[in-house]
Amino acid sequence: MNIHEYQAKQIFAKYGVPTPRGIIANTPSQAMTNAQELGGKVWVVKAQIHAGGRGLGGGVKLARSLDEVKTLASEILGMTLVTHQTGPEGKLVQKVYIEEGADIKDELYLGVVLDRAKEMPVIMASTEGGMAIEDVAHNTPEKIIKVAVDPAIGFQAFHGRELAFGLGLAKEEQGKFIKFAAALYKVYMENDAEMIEINPLIKTGSGDFLALDGKMSFDDSALGRHPEIEDMRDISEEDADEREASRYGLSYISLDGEIGCMVNGAGLAMGTMDTINYMGGTPANFLDVGGSANAETVAKGFQIILKNPNVKAIFVNIFGGIVRCDRIANGILEATKLVDVHVPVIVRLDGTNAPEAAEILKNANIANVIVASDLADGAAKAVRAAKGE
Amino acid sequence: MSILVNKDTKVIVQGFTGKEGSFHAEQCMAYGTKIVGGVTPNKGGTEHLGQPVFNTVREAVAQTGATVSMIFVPPAFVADAVMEAADAGIELAVIITEGAPVRDMQAAKAFAVKHGMMTIGPNCPGIITAEECKIGIMPGMIFKKGNVGLISKSGTLTYEGANQVCKEGFGITTAVGIGGDPIIGLSYKQLLPMFEADPETEAIVMIGEIGGDLEIQAAAYIKEHITKPVVAFIAGQTAPAGKRMGHAGAIVSGGAGTAAEKMAALTAAGVRVVVSPAEIGKAIAEVLAKK
Repeated sequence: MNIHEYQAKQIFAKYGVPTPRGIIANTPSQAMTNAQELGGKVWVVKAQIHAGGRGLGGGVKLARSLDEVKTLASEILGMTLVTHQTGPEGKLVQKVYIEEGADIKDELYLGVVLDRAKEMPVIMASTEGGMAIEDVAHNTPEKIIKVAVDPAIGFQAFHGRELAFGLGLAKEEQGKFIKFAAALYKVYMENDAEMIEINPLIKTGSGDFLALDGKMSFDDSALGRHPEIEDMRDISEEDADEREASRYGLSYISLDGEIGCMVNGAGLAMGTMDTINYMGGTPANFLDVGGSANAETVAKGFQIILKNPNVKAIFVNIFGGIVRCDRIANGILEATKLVDVHVPVIVRLDGTNAPEAAEILKNANIANVIVASDLADGAAKAVRAAKGE
Repeated sequence: MSILVNKDTKVIVQGFTGKEGSFHAEQCMAYGTKIVGGVTPNKGGTEHLGQPVFNTVREAVAQTGATVSMIFVPPAFVADAVMEAADAGIELAVIITEGAPVRDMQAAKAFAVKHGMMTIGPNCPGIITAEECKIGIMPGMIFKKGNVGLISKSGTLTYEGANQVCKEGFGITTAVGIGGDPIIGLSYKQLLPMFEADPETEAIVMIGEIGGDLEIQAAAYIKEHITKPVVAFIAGQTAPAGKRMGHAGAIVSGGAGTAAEKMAALTAAGVRVVVSPAEIGKAIAEVLAKK
């Protein structure tokens, strides 16, 4: 799960990670009131969406008067912001964060992620603040300092020194920076974060370190013990179809092809997409119906897949293990009664009781249901059906 | 021969009396697995499925001599169960449960490693030695005894791969579902040498997916140490970057962990990489014919 910048900064503040002061606004006049409350002469109006690259997309602007705050807020609120992370369709801005202007002397990068190879959190720091860290990693990997922290001992002073010396910080800057990094590590661990990114982390004229930006995502499996983070969920930022699917225990991701896929198991679901692609077709979605495919989940799957107007055929690919194929076949028949399936449906059922399942589908004799013998046959038939052959 | 488990392996079940634990323990016993007891706190002294129930893993190990534990407890209790098993001297824990927090698994795995306990999973179908011992939730009947070892991050792709291998007239020695989480126990790099050393295994199927770099590590290991033919498939060639494809660990982040880079590394290591899982069976038939 992802949260907004202003929410990440609320969490930072609780742990003593310094940030500029700011107040969230839903309307231009609220934005102006917030700026007034913050005081000062310069403010930043920042679009709140779950994507990076907001500045380049025109979603972060500097204001030098209260009127300008209001004007900029009215421009940004309601705009569809397109960045390299939103996709071409962009994201609607519904909230702006009004923040006091900061005296930027230098821009750094600081992040915490799980190092899957080391199986522990790794703190990443770079002098190349303000740039996409992926680009830095690609072009100048030597400019990223990585320090893995074993949770069994936690963040120690030596971790901090390795980061501080790696960034080339002056002696008088080191103490404040190490305190900052230690607090950030604590934010990561105590909240079951999956990723934290501060880009940029700034050095101010007075020698302080401030999180000018803040991005956080969380381990979905741990949200049960963090109700206060679950409360921060902004459902308008999430794909409505993906959310609806998850309510039925389905895992759905929309893609831009023509063949709808309904598969049991995430690996086989990806493998099915890959096979369709290999055979010259294009998958319209990823859909894992989970271990217990039944009439209701299959019907829901059809409904969600068919919401996509590009879908020209559906490939149902189930390898029945504990769940018997004959029951799944009946589920599919039941589902075709519940949902108007107007495109060809190619069904491949393999595993336990597969011959019985094929018999059931054959006897039902539904016009647009085509039975396939295996994965390759099913994918080939789906590709042909989508092409109208 | 086989790897890790066989017909003599004594297994206990943590979460024995729960719905999932009961159902699958019964299936495993029907397959022939020696389930010698189970652990459910506060049900110690009772019997379940004809086997004794214990309050603690330590007691279960002392009474039954079990060396393997199959874990079915709910996600929030997985770490505790794994650490209890390690502390009690279990040699291998097979963790079926899906949805254990990553932070928990980090601590639990570190503890297991310290105590010399191997783990498989979490979020996996388990391990099966064909026609001898099934510890997990896979449909046993598709695994015919044979000469092919199988390692897979995905459950249903394990079945798909094993089924194709058997349809080609071959069979499986041992199949291990290693799980699709960001932190897992035994991985390709630890299992490959076991298959290399197993005299019955003549070829290996390796099924991976996007995310992380375990397949890349495997490629480097294969190049240096594995002489038996390996067939590999990497799922998620068509997966969009930054999206989590069902499994918690199946995500391309920051341009790393793509199917393309894994396929290239495996190909460079001399592995027969197939573009579609539909070709696993045929590829195995080909590499075995060449031998």
